[in-house]
Amino acid sequence: MEIDVRKVAMLSRIRLTDDEAAELGPQLSSILGYVEQLGKVDTDGVPPTAHPHDAAMPLRANVVTNGNRREELQAPAPKTESGLYVVPKVIE
Amino acid sequence: MSWEVVIGLEVHCQINTDTKAFCGCSTEFGAEPNTQTCPVCLGMPGQLPVLNTVAVDKTILTGLAINAHINLESKFDRKNYFYPDLPKGYQISQFAVPLVVGGYIDIPTKDGGEKRLGITRIHMEEDAGKSMHEGLDAVSHIDLNRSGVPLMEIVSEPDMRSADEAIAYLKQLHQLIRFLGVSGADMEKGQFRCDANISVRRPGEPFGTRTEMKNMNSFRFIKQAIEFEVLRQIEIIEDGGEVVQESRLWDSVKCESRSMRSKEEAHDYRYFPEPDLPPLRVSQQEVDAIKAGMPELPGQLRKRFETEYGLSSYDADVLTQTLESAAWYESLVAAHPADPKRCANWMANELLGRLNDAGKDLSESPVSAARLAELLNRIGDNTISGKAAKDVFDAMMESTDSVDAIIEAKGLKQVSDSGAIDAIILEVMAANPAQVEGYRGGKDKLMGFFVGQVMKASRGTANPGMVNQRLLELLKG
Ligand SMILES: [Zn+2]
Repeated sequence: MEIDVRKVAMLSRIRLTDDEAAELGPQLSSILGYVEQLGKVDTDGVPPTAHPHDAAMPLRANVVTNGNRREELQAPAPKTESGLYVVPKVIE
Repeated sequence: MSWEVVIGLEVHCQINTDTKAFCGCSTEFGAEPNTQTCPVCLGMPGQLPVLNTVAVDKTILTGLAINAHINLESKFDRKNYFYPDLPKGYQISQFAVPLVVGGYIDIPTKDGGEKRLGITRIHMEEDAGKSMHEGLDAVSHIDLNRSGVPLMEIVSEPDMRSADEAIAYLKQLHQLIRFLGVSGADMEKGQFRCDANISVRRPGEPFGTRTEMKNMNSFRFIKQAIEFEVLRQIEIIEDGGEVVQESRLWDSVKCESRSMRSKEEAHDYRYFPEPDLPPLRVSQQEVDAIKAGMPELPGQLRKRFETEYGLSSYDADVLTQTLESAAWYESLVAAHPADPKRCANWMANELLGRLNDAGKDLSESPVSAARLAELLNRIGDNTISGKAAKDVFDAMMESTDSVDAIIEAKGLKQVSDSGAIDAIILEVMAANPAQVEGYRGGKDKLMGFFVGQVMKASRGTANPGMVNQRLLELLKG
């Protein structure tokens, strides 16, 4: 399976040099080729597995348990102002 | 040859839980920025989401109300894209197997019938944070209080054939959601947001290429945006061009849409199963219990008001717009059972009209249902006329004095004493000898003049029925 490594890198926001792209492209393709073998298995009548553990989802009560930890949680942010995160301009 | 418009709608509706979809942070609106966040909704590494049980129940309730199928096992997936207000770099959503599938909403048609509009699915997902750009130069500001707030996305079939049908569907859905109590659905707060998929085709032909109109936050804008887009597409095709499949942003100030090309490449969302969440399983018993607790729906309530209280379909519609107003009406009728129609008239025209003028909500009404009933009882027992009651009602909106005290103070007590009414009539007759002669000479129409004069002389307090009766008698001479 051929893979467009440039597109995958762009979607993942990873910058690649030409050398890296040339090296990673065939590697990714061969990994996908390996996984593709699963397509040969006859799965007719086999229910799809949603999760490796056959556990049902535990649910959370609708009760507020978290308070305001803004100061602590914003400490690692590169830049904040009046409690807001400051990021490079993004606009539609 | 004519064009056929094809519209499908996606509504993002905030589920009104106390806490977020996957963590114990508060969802309260209007808090200081970033004071309602935690490592889970900030997308810190190693944090595990745990789904809010009430968000599940409310989505199921909504599904049941649109006659949908509830999947007893549903799954969550990751929708991947990069944006600064999406801290995890993906949104947890339901892609492959949503909680709710199928269902429909019936909208009224112009010929008095109904049209059934299909609903494809309702899936659960989480909201992103809020980005702010206004007044900022090279930066944007991010508030993540909304990050992780639970949403349900209600996806319709492409069943609507005009902007009006789309609006009818949205209004019906909006009302239903408010009735169910599953969302505040406040459009100004972004709790009920709509994207529209729009295309045109020649009748009978396959669907044309569609565009997706985004960012429409009022019924009026949605109608404008759809109408604009339909004309734009027809013009392109009639000029020999082709419609490009794309997202477009509605600019409500300029009244036009523009392409969001920047979004196109990001449309590869690379959904994959959310490894942090096992399947969501609900039992048929749980679904049945939710169904048993379902409130009366708007359509049912409207029909009951028409049959049980003899209301016109218009009044029934006005009074059942919200659950609160329906409950208000029913407590009014309970306190003034003699005349449910009078209750409807007074509530719909006098009360709601005055509240609307004052920019107030029914919940802020200075007059309670019990107090309005006292006033209606005074009309019922002929203490005051309907006209005088409006004066009393004006005063009730401003003061907490008892209804009887206001009637007394304003001297509006209806005069039903025939002696007193006769005295007024004789006075009026003495003051208008020419009209008396005219009437007696056969000008029956002058009756109206006399009624008016007597009512005026009594400052509206004379019982109109008795005035008529006594005038006929006394004018005979
Ligand atoms: Zn949180």
